Amino acid sequence: MKTAFLDDIIAAVSTPMGSGGIGIIRISGKGSIDIADKIFKSVSGVKLKDKPTHTITYGNIIDKNGNTVDEVLVSIMKGPASYTKEDVVEINCHGGTAAVKKVMETVTLAGARTAEPGEFTKRAFLNGRIDLSQAEAVIDIINSKTELSMKNAVNQLSGALSEKVKEIRSGLIDAVSTIEAAIDYPEHDIEEETYASLNKTVNQALNSVQKLIDTADMGKMVRDGVNMVILGKPNVGKSSLLNFLLKEERAIVTDVPGTTRDTVEEYFNIAGIPVRITDTAGVRDTDDVVEKIGVERSVQRAENADIILLMLDLSRVLDDDDKKLIDFIKNKKHIVLLNKTDLDQKAEENEINSLLESKNILRVSVKEQKGTEELLKLLEEILTSGTVEAGDGVMVSNVRHKNSLEKAAQALEKALNTIEIRMPEDFVSMDISQAIDFLGEITGESLQEDIINRIFEKFCLGK
Amino acid sequence: MCDINAEKTYIADECDVVVVGAGHAGCEAALASARLGFKTVVFAINLDSIAMMPCNPSIGGSSKGHLVREIDALGGEMGKNIDKTYLQIKMLNTSKGPAVYSLRAQADKNRYKEEMKRVMEETPNLKIKQAEVTKVLAENGAVTGVVTSSGAVYKAKAVILSTGTYLKARCLFGETIIQSGPNGLKAASELSQSLMDLGIKLYRFKTGTPARIDKKTVDFSKMTPQYGDEKIVPFSFEDKAEDIARPQVECYLTYTNNQTHEIIRNNLHRSPLYAGVIEGTGPRYCPSIEDKVVRFSDKERHQIFVEPEGENTNELYVQGMSSSLPEEVQIALYRTVPGLENCEFMRTAYAIEYDCIDATQLKLSLEFKNIKGLFGAGQFNGTSGYEEAAAQGLIAGINAARMLQGKEPVILHRSDAYIGVLIDDIVTKGSKEPYRMMTSRAEYRLLLRQDNADERLTPIGHEVGLISDERYQRFLKKQELIAAEKERINSVTIGLRPEIQEFLERHHSTPLKSGARLSELLKRPELNYDILAEIDTTRPDIDSEAAHEAAIQIKYEGYIKQQYNQVKEFKKLENRLLPEDIDYNDVKGLRLEAVQKLNDIRPLNIGHAFRIAGVSPADISVLMIYLEQIKRASKTEGEE
Repeated sequence: MKTAFLDDIIAAVSTPMGSGGIGIIRISGKGSIDIADKIFKSVSGVKLKDKPTHTITYGNIIDKNGNTVDEVLVSIMKGPASYTKEDVVEINCHGGTAAVKKVMETVTLAGARTAEPGEFTKRAFLNGRIDLSQAEAVIDIINSKTELSMKNAVNQLSGALSEKVKEIRSGLIDAVSTIEAAIDYPEHDIEEETYASLNKTVNQALNSVQKLIDTADMGKMVRDGVNMVILGKPNVGKSSLLNFLLKEERAIVTDVPGTTRDTVEEYFNIAGIPVRITDTAGVRDTDDVVEKIGVERSVQRAENADIILLMLDLSRVLDDDDKKLIDFIKNKKHIVLLNKTDLDQKAEENEINSLLESKNILRVSVKEQKGTEELLKLLEEILTSGTVEAGDGVMVSNVRHKNSLEKAAQALEKALNTIEIRMPEDFVSMDISQAIDFLGEITGESLQEDIINRIFEKFCLGK
Repeated sequence: MCDINAEKTYIADECDVVVVGAGHAGCEAALASARLGFKTVVFAINLDSIAMMPCNPSIGGSSKGHLVREIDALGGEMGKNIDKTYLQIKMLNTSKGPAVYSLRAQADKNRYKEEMKRVMEETPNLKIKQAEVTKVLAENGAVTGVVTSSGAVYKAKAVILSTGTYLKARCLFGETIIQSGPNGLKAASELSQSLMDLGIKLYRFKTGTPARIDKKTVDFSKMTPQYGDEKIVPFSFEDKAEDIARPQVECYLTYTNNQTHEIIRNNLHRSPLYAGVIEGTGPRYCPSIEDKVVRFSDKERHQIFVEPEGENTNELYVQGMSSSLPEEVQIALYRTVPGLENCEFMRTAYAIEYDCIDATQLKLSLEFKNIKGLFGAGQFNGTSGYEEAAAQGLIAGINAARMLQGKEPVILHRSDAYIGVLIDDIVTKGSKEPYRMMTSRAEYRLLLRQDNADERLTPIGHEVGLISDERYQRFLKKQELIAAEKERINSVTIGLRPEIQEFLERHHSTPLKSGARLSELLKRPELNYDILAEIDTTRPDIDSEAAHEAAIQIKYEGYIKQQYNQVKEFKKLENRLLPEDIDYNDVKGLRLEAVQKLNDIRPLNIGHAFRIAGVSPADISVLMIYLEQIKRASKTEGEE
C-alpha cells in the first residue's frame, strides 16, 4: 500500500545532523501544538496552546516516562501565518546528533509522522504560501530528494533489509492467507489456524520487526556517525586516550581523579566513517555534587553508545567500580583497554577474563603509545566489517522504513491483543493485514494480490 | 462509422437503451434502465437462456453473498429472485466475525430463469428480443445503436454489452471442439469484429463447468448430506423469513481418491489445456479437477459436492469436478468417486473459451472511455461469477439511465460497497484472469457487512429512483429502531446480583466487580446479543434484524471506529478530483511510466491515481501541485 496524507502532523529535523550548536525540529499540521504540549514542559508552567502565536517558550522536552530529554526553546507559529500556513512548532534543542535524535524520537512517539522529502515545501505551496512561479522549483525539490532517497532505498532494498522484511512479511501472509481461505471457502477442508499458532507467528514477526527497528539506530550511525563513548573510573587515562585519538590536547589531563567533570564530545574519522567520541567523567561513587552529575551523565551517554571503550587501570587492583562497569558493558558493543602496561601490574588479568568473555580486550599504554596501533586496527575492523550492525547484518537507515516498521510493530501488538481476548479470526486477520501492508511500504508490494496469490498457491480451492 | 444502408437492413425500433445479452448482468441492466423510465430493448440469443445459470446452481457465498445484498439494497432483482427460487439457504462463516457472515443459496435453475424472465416481461418500458446482435453502431465517438443478424437496426442512445461467454465462444473437452456458447447455445461469432472495428481491444479468457449426472444413478448412502439453516435469512431486505420459508433440499459431500487421480494423470496429454489447444487464460478460482491433481499432487483426496439443479429435474451438479478431459475419461474418473460408481452423464463437462475486454478500457461508471454511451458489464468485462455480473449490470444500467438524464454517474467507492471494490479493481488494475470477488479484496470489510448493505446503499438506490418511497420509509424506520436499541444497550445497567454472576460463570465470563453497562458485557468476546437475552430483562420486542444490527455496531465499536478513521484518510484523496481532460504529457515532473499509465487509466481523483501500479508517491505530489496550479490559474482568470 502506498500512503499519502494531506494534513496529518509531520515533523523533521531542519538543521543538518551533527553540526552546529543547536538543532531545530520542525512540526507542522493541525494539532502540532497539542503534540508539542504533550512532550514539552515550560519552566513557567504555561501551556503552548495558551500562548499567543509567534512566541518563544523556555522549558524541557519530557519523554513518556517523565524523564527530561533536553532543555529547549520552543517557538509556535499558528497558521496561516507560518511557512506551511498550518500550525507550526519549532523546537530548538542542543546540537549534536544524539540530542536531536532523541527529541525527534519523542516527537514522533507523541504522534507526528516523519516528513517526506520536500514535504514542508509541498505543503507551503499547496496551502498557497508559495507563489505559483515557484511551483516547478517545488517539483524539482520533491523529485531530486525523492530520487536521492529512492536511490538509497534501492541500494538498501537490493540487500539484506529487503530480504529480511520479505521473509517476515511472507510468514504473516501465510497466516493471513489461511484465515482468508477458510473465510472465502468455508466448506473446503482447510486446516485452520489455531490461536496458539497465530500467537506464535505474530510473536515471531513482532520480534523480528523489533530487531530491525533496533538496528535503525545502527543504520543511522553510518550516516550520522558512530557514537563512541570512553568509559572508566577516574584517572584511568580516558582523556589521554581521547587526546591520542584526536591527536590534540583537548581534555585537561591531570592526575587528580575527576578532572573531567563534564562530558567532552569530539569527532574523528576511521576508515571514512565519522566517529563521534564522548569522553565521560570518571565513574565512581562520589559525594562531590558537581562530579556526580558528570558521572550520571556519563553512564547515560554510555547507555546510548554504539561502541564503548572501557578503560581499566592495570596498575591498580580491580575494585567494585571496575566490576560494575565490566558488568555494564557486558552485553554492549565494546573494546576493553587494559591501560598503563608501562607501570607495575596490580590487577589480575585472569579475574578480568573470568568476568568478561570477550575477544576485544587489548593491553595498552596510552602514555607510551604501546598497543595503540592495535586499537586503531581493531576499531577499523569493527566499524568496517559490520560487527556493529545488529540483527543478522541487516540495518535500517531510512527514516521512512523505520516509520513503517514501527507502524507494523504496533499493528502486530494489536493482533496479539486480539488473539489474547479471542476475537474471531477475521479480526486477527485484519490486524495482521495491516502489519503486512506497512511492511509492504518498504518492499513496495501490494497486500491484496499477495494474499490472494498465496491462497491459491497454498490451497486447492474452487468449484 | 458503419453505413447502415450498405447492407440489407431495416430500422426496427428507436429506443433509449439496448442491452446485448440477458444473463445476470443483462437482466439487472435492462431492469434498471427500464424501471428508471427509459425505453429499453434487451437481446438474448435464445430467450430460454434469460438469467440462465450455466455453471453452479447456487447464488451467494463468501463475498458474493455481500454483492447480492448490495444489489438488493440498491434496488436490483437478484436477491428477490433467489428468495423466490431457492432450494436451500445457509449463512456461512457464522463462527467468524460479522464482516464475513455470508449468505449462500442453492437455486432451482429453471425456476430462477422463469421467475426472472417473468419479472422482465412484466416490467414496463422493457422489450425482450431473441436475436443475435452482430454490430454496434457509433458515430463521432458516440454509440448510436445495434444491428442484429437479421438486419434489424435498433437505434439507441446507450448500449450495454453484457455478452457473457458467448463472444466467439468454443467449448472443448478432450479432442472435441464445439463452436458454441455455454450449454450448447449458439455462439455470437460476429460481434467481436465489430467491437474491434470500434477500437476495442479484446482478450481471450477461459472457464469451465463439470458434468451433470442423473440422480437415479447416484448412491447417496455413501455421501454425507449437507443441510440448509433451520432459521433462514432472506437475501432481499424486502423479504421476511417466514414469508419465504419452505422445505429445503439437501446437497451431498463425497471425495475423490487415488484411483480418480490415477486416471487423470494417465490422460493428461488428452486435456486441451495441457496439450496446448486452449489459448485463453483460466481462473485460479475455478480450477478443473485435472488442475487440482497436477498442482496439488500431494493431496490424497479432493472434496466433491453433489448439488441438485432443481426440484423438477434429476440433473445433479458435481461441484469440484470441472474438466476438459475426453468424455470417456470423464465418465471413468467420475465413477471412481464413492456414490458415483454407476452414475450416468446427462451433460458432459467442458471448458469454454470466449472474447472479453480488459476493463481498463472503461471508466468507473462502466462506460467506455472512448465511446460515449457504450457500457460493458459482467463476464464481458473479464470477471467471473453470476453475482459479480449482476452487480456490474445494475451499475451499468443505472449509469446508462443517468447519462440520459444528464446526471452524474453513480460511482461507489471502495469504502461504500463490495461493488465499489469490484469495479475499482477491474477498471484500475485490469485482470489477467477472470476476476472473482473475495472478502480479502475489501480493505474496509468490517464496514461493508452483509447486514448493513441497506444502510450503506439504500439511500443511493432511493436517490437514483430504484427504491420506492414506501420502501425508503421502511428503511428509515429500521434505522430509527437500530439507533434506539443502540441507545438502550448503552444505557441499561446490570446490577451486581448473584444470578448475574452465575450467568457469567456459566458462559465462562469473568464475574462483575461492580455494576456494568449491558454494552460492556456485549463487548466481551465470549458473550453476544442472543446469550445476553437471559439477563436483559427490559429488551423490547423489535425487529430482530434491527436489534442484531444495533448489537453488532456496539460489540465491534472499537474496530469499526478504526476502519472509519482509515476511510476518512482514504476519502481525503478520493475527494481531490482530477479533471477528465488532463493530458498527462503536459504535467511537468511526472515520470514517464506514470505519464503512460495515467493517460491510459485516466483516474478520477488522486486516490484513484494512487492505486495505479507504476504511479509513485512523488508522482502524486507532482499531481497535487499541478492541481493547485490550475486551480490558481483559473482563479486569476476569474479575477481578470
